[in-house]
Amino acid sequence: MENSKIISIEGLKKTFSTTGGKFTALNGINLEFGKGEFTGVVGPSGSGKTTLLNIIGSLDSPSEGKAIVLGKSIGELNVKQSAMLRRSQLGFIFQSYNLLPVYTVFENVEFPLLLLNMNDGQRKKMVLDSLEWLGLTDKIKSMPSQLSGGECQRVAIARAMVKKPEIVLADEPTANLDAANSHHILKSMVQLNKEFNTTFIFATHDDKVIGYLHRKISLVDGKVAKDEITNN
Amino acid sequence: MKLLFKLAARNLIGAGRRTWLNVIVLSFSFIIIIWHKGILNGWESQAKNDMTEWETGGGQYWQSVYDPFDPFSLTEAHSAIPADMDSACSKGNMASILVTQGTIYPGGRIQSILIKGINSNQKVLKIPGALFESDSSEIPAIIGSRMAADNRLKTGDLITLRWRDKNGTFDAGEMKIIGIFNTNVPMIDAGQIWLPLDHLQKMMGMPGEATILVCKKDSKVIASDAGWNFKSTELLQKSVSDMIKMKSVSGAVLYLILMSLAMLAIFDTQVLSIFRRQKEIGTYIALGMTRFQVVGLFTIEGSLNSVLAAILAAIYGIPLLALQASKGMSFPGGSKDFGIVMADKIYPSYSLELIGITILFIMITTTIVSYLPSRRIAKMNPTEALRGKLQ
Repeated sequence: MENSKIISIEGLKKTFSTTGGKFTALNGINLEFGKGEFTGVVGPSGSGKTTLLNIIGSLDSPSEGKAIVLGKSIGELNVKQSAMLRRSQLGFIFQSYNLLPVYTVFENVEFPLLLLNMNDGQRKKMVLDSLEWLGLTDKIKSMPSQLSGGECQRVAIARAMVKKPEIVLADEPTANLDAANSHHILKSMVQLNKEFNTTFIFATHDDKVIGYLHRKISLVDGKVAKDEITNN
Repeated sequence: MKLLFKLAARNLIGAGRRTWLNVIVLSFSFIIIIWHKGILNGWESQAKNDMTEWETGGGQYWQSVYDPFDPFSLTEAHSAIPADMDSACSKGNMASILVTQGTIYPGGRIQSILIKGINSNQKVLKIPGALFESDSSEIPAIIGSRMAADNRLKTGDLITLRWRDKNGTFDAGEMKIIGIFNTNVPMIDAGQIWLPLDHLQKMMGMPGEATILVCKKDSKVIASDAGWNFKSTELLQKSVSDMIKMKSVSGAVLYLILMSLAMLAIFDTQVLSIFRRQKEIGTYIALGMTRFQVVGLFTIEGSLNSVLAAILAAIYGIPLLALQASKGMSFPGGSKDFGIVMADKIYPSYSLELIGITILFIMITTTIVSYLPSRRIAKMNPTEALRGKLQ
C-alpha cells in the first residue's frame, strides 16, 4: 500500500520568539513520509509535535531547512498557494473538533467542497458518502451543539475526508474522548486509510492511538529520538 | 465572492440575537433618517408651493427702486405699469401690487404697517381679491389671520388708517376689515393690510402705478423693461431653501448620533466576534481560506447587518412612512407665529433618491466600520488562532 514519498523534511528548524528569549520547537528534523502511511508523531508536551504538523499543513513555515509536501516547498509558498494546498490536498482533524458552530453537520462537512467550487450535485453526493463512512447519516441536520464529543470528532473526520485529500493531519484527535469513542474513531480512520490510501499523520501522546499506528516517530526536545515501524 | 456572501449570511443568521439587536438598531437609523429627511423635503416643497401660490407667483418684476429691506425706498418705489405688462395684467397673466407704508390705530394703539394694493380680479395669487367687491363707504381692507390675531381685529372692525400720498401729504380715513384670510405665508400677512389696487392708487395719487408685478406660475417671462427688474422664483424663495438647508445640517447631528450608536454596536460586535471566534478563524484558514478571504467574510458579515436592517426597515417602515405621508404631521399651533412658511400639517415627501442615498450611505458606513476591526485577522497567526489564543 505505502509507496512514493509525499513528504520530505530536511534539516527542519523552527524557533519562536518568546518573552524569555528564543524557543526552539524543532531542531534539525529529517523525515520522509510515504503515501498511505498511518504514522504518529509522539512525545511529551512541548516536544514539537504540533509545530511539525503545522508546518506540514502549511499553517506555519520553517525557520530553517526544508519541508516539501506533495512536491511543494512550504517555506516558499505564498499565502494563496499555501491556502490552495490546504484547500485541495490536506485535511485537518483537531483535538477540540473545531466544527463551525452555526452550521449543521451537513454544512460543516460540505464546507471544504464549497471552497473547491464543486457543483451542487457532486457536492451533495460526496458529503453524504463521507457521512455514511462515519455513520452519521442520521445526524445530517443536527447542530454541533447537539452532538456528543465522539460524534463531533466523527464529523470532523468526515469534513477532513470529504474531499479525499492526500494527507490528513490529526492533532491529538482522541484527547477529548473516552476510550470507547477513541477506539471507534481510530477504527474509522484505519478503515479510511485502507480504503482511500490517504496518508494519516497524528500528533499524539495517547497510548490508544499509538496502538493503531504503523509507524511511530518519537520527538524529544524538537529532535527525532526514535523512528520505528510498529507491528500494528 | 458568492461563497463569502453565502457563508457570511449563514454566520450572521446563526449568530441569532446578537445580529438582530444590531439589525434593529440600524433599522431605526434607516427609518428615522428617511423620515426626518422626508419631513424636511415635504416642508420645503409645501413651503415653496405655498409661496408660489400666495406670494412669489412665477417670478416678480420689482420697480427698480424697490427694496423690501429698506422702508425708506418705498416712497419712490412706484412707477407706471408698462403697456405690455399692463396688458398681461388684463389677461390674467400678471398681478400688479402697489406697496406703501401706513399706520393703523387698533384699540387706541399705534401700529406701523405696510399697505398693499392688488387687483381685485387677479387670479395669479391666492389673495382673495374678490372680497373687495362689497359695498363700503370706508376703505375696504382684507388682512391675514396673523395680522388679525396680533391686532385683535375681526371682520367688520373699523379702524383709522393714516398714510402719506405721493406728495408726502398725510391723509387718514376709516378702514373696514371686510375679510380675513388664512395663509401659511407670513410674508404677506403679518404687519400688512391689503386694499383694492385702484383704491390705493387713488389714495396715493398714483393712478396706473405699481411697485411689484407678479407673473403667473409657469407663464413666459416678459423681457425686462427699463425701470423694472425681474426676480426669479428661485431667488424669491431662496430664504426658504436656505432655512431648509440649515435644518438639514442640524438634522445631520441627529443622523450622526443615530449612526454612531448603530455603528458602535456593529464595531463592538465585530471586535467581539474576532476575539470570540479565533478558533473559527483558524479553522477557516486550515480548511483552505486565505486570511484575506476571512477578512472579507467578516467584513461582509458586518455589512450584511445593513442589508438585513434595510429589509427589516422596509417591513415595518414602509407602512409607517406611507401612513404618515398620507395623514401628514401636525405641528403645534404656535408654529404659525415662527415667521416661517409652515403649513399646519406637513406631508413628508420620500423620493427614491432619498431612500437610495440613505441606504447607500448606511451600507458604505457599515462596511467601513465592519472592515476596520476585521483587518486584524490579516495579522493573525493561524496556529495560534486554531488554539483560540488571544492575539
